[in-house]
Amino acid sequence: MLELRQIDKVYNPGTVREIGLFSDFSLTVPKGQFVSVVGSNGSGKTTLLNILCGSLPPDSGQVLLDGQDITRQKEHLRARRFARIYQNPALGTCAKMSIRENMALADNKRRRMNLRPGTDRSRLPLWRQMLAELGLGLENMMEARAGSLSGGQRQALALTMSRLTPVDFLILDEHTAALDPKAADIIMHLTDRMVRESGLTAIMVTHNLRFALDYGDRLLMMHQGHAVLDVRDEGKRRLEMEDLLRLFNEISVECGN
Amino acid sequence: MLSTFLATLPSTLEQGLLYAVLALGIMITYTILDFPDLTVDGSFPLGGAVSTTLLLRGWDPLAALLAATACGALAGLCTGLIHVKLRVRALFSGIIMMTALYSINLRITGGNALLSIPRTASTLFRNNAAADLLPPWLRVPIIAGLLVLALKVLLDLFLSTRAGYLLRAAGDNETVVTALGRDKGNVKIAGLTMANALVALSGAVVCQEQRLFEVSMGTGTMVLALASVIIGVNLFRRVERVRPTTAVIAGSILYKVCVAFAIACGLSPMDMKLVTAALFLGILASGSLKRKEKAHA
Ligand SMILES: Nc1ncnc2c1ncn2[C@@H]1O[C@H](COP(=O)(O)OP(=O)(O)OP(=O)(O)O)[C@@H](O)[C@H]1O
Ligand SMILES: [Mg+2]
Repeated sequence: MLELRQIDKVYNPGTVREIGLFSDFSLTVPKGQFVSVVGSNGSGKTTLLNILCGSLPPDSGQVLLDGQDITRQKEHLRARRFARIYQNPALGTCAKMSIRENMALADNKRRRMNLRPGTDRSRLPLWRQMLAELGLGLENMMEARAGSLSGGQRQALALTMSRLTPVDFLILDEHTAALDPKAADIIMHLTDRMVRESGLTAIMVTHNLRFALDYGDRLLMMHQGHAVLDVRDEGKRRLEMEDLLRLFNEISVECGN
Repeated sequence: MLSTFLATLPSTLEQGLLYAVLALGIMITYTILDFPDLTVDGSFPLGGAVSTTLLLRGWDPLAALLAATACGALAGLCTGLIHVKLRVRALFSGIIMMTALYSINLRITGGNALLSIPRTASTLFRNNAAADLLPPWLRVPIIAGLLVLALKVLLDLFLSTRAGYLLRAAGDNETVVTALGRDKGNVKIAGLTMANALVALSGAVVCQEQRLFEVSMGTGTMVLALASVIIGVNLFRRVERVRPTTAVIAGSILYKVCVAFAIACGLSPMDMKLVTAALFLGILASGSLKRKEKAHA
């Protein structure tokens, strides 16, 4: 279970550019839940994920993991149980390393980083097969540098890498935004399968309202640091595209855009 | 002019080999970790100071080299700790250690700015069982060549291990290292430690070969080594299947050849640093000009 308790976050406090983003924000995500998060630009979605993953400390409030306070736990220690795909495709892979080496890195997350061979050759067939499921042909270019791939291909590689890691939580920040519609569908499908098969607890930020409606058990709409909509299960199933669009427009108008 | 160049070519190539160890060290910080580490201007003479002082006290040349390497590792560790734990900028961490090492090196030599090793002393290259088997003119190229080859193979092996992958990832994309549940700061510290160990080893080997330690021998080490690394990496950029270590060793030799050529053309050794600077500027400018052309195309 993942819990945010009474989180406060202000950017640039005490300056003219002060942005009070979260005040008294709380969120509880039970084990195994798949939450889709939508919301306008600048509504605080990425900040929310940063606070969860420990990339950014909250000004006050607590982050709890299975009831344990991890607010002060270092980001890399938290990462042992989290997999995260970033909004920026460049962040999830090592550009100067080959696809094979990137997959090997991810596969080594569970292992000790010692002087054994970096690539475990016996895992190559599995990696190829996982990459083949993306339908992007990455399995045939194992020695290509990740930096030579397109943004969408890199994002797909990053997701496949996270499938190799032994985690309980999956954090996705617009991970299909850089993909063409067909690739986005494939990746979204794979994401859903990965969450279900491994029983992961997932939080997925997306600007694709269709994905938000079709996937996940719960839908959250963020606006200026608040959850203006929070529906789950039956309530979410009853939610229609039109309702969602209407709500989205309402908050946008309120904002003056 | 050409005859002087050719006459000095063997010793030029030797120099290239001796400094290749240094270039391998810089490859770790500059190419792999993407860390501009100025510690080397201090850790290179540190290796020389430690090894020369110990030799003069009658230490075995190999033991002296190992001690020098360990001291270099310690210097790199300090730079890493200053950068990571005290959050000092990369450039400043190196400058702080470089400055401190100048005094430390003088302390090590007992205040002597200059130490010379007598001809009768045993070094890596003379008066030892292995060197005595070789004809004098082959001693330096063979012994230095073997040392460089051994280090290259070891470094290649290391870079293909899990730990080596992690080191490369740290220079490539820190976010990935964090995502793997590892502390990126510790990885950087480890890289700086390894790099400066190599740099100090190189300083020690150079001093044993020239049988001379000079406290200011470190000035410009960084630029010299960086020039070697960049020459090597650019030269073999388009060639597949050439390992970066091979490219860097070739770069080191080529760099010495370029400098020797400039001197043969009539420049005095006094102008050495000027030549280095000009060469370095030339490489960097041509590299970025080429990139610009490509961007326009
Ligand atoms: N490092 C930062 N320093 C100052 N302000 C920031 C910083 N990061 C984000 N902000 C501000 O916080 C607000 C929320 O940003 P955030 O990135 O969380 O939005 P988002 O919901 O992820 O938006 P998008 O849909 O565009 O990704 C924005 O107004 C932004 O200007
Ligand atoms: Mg965002």
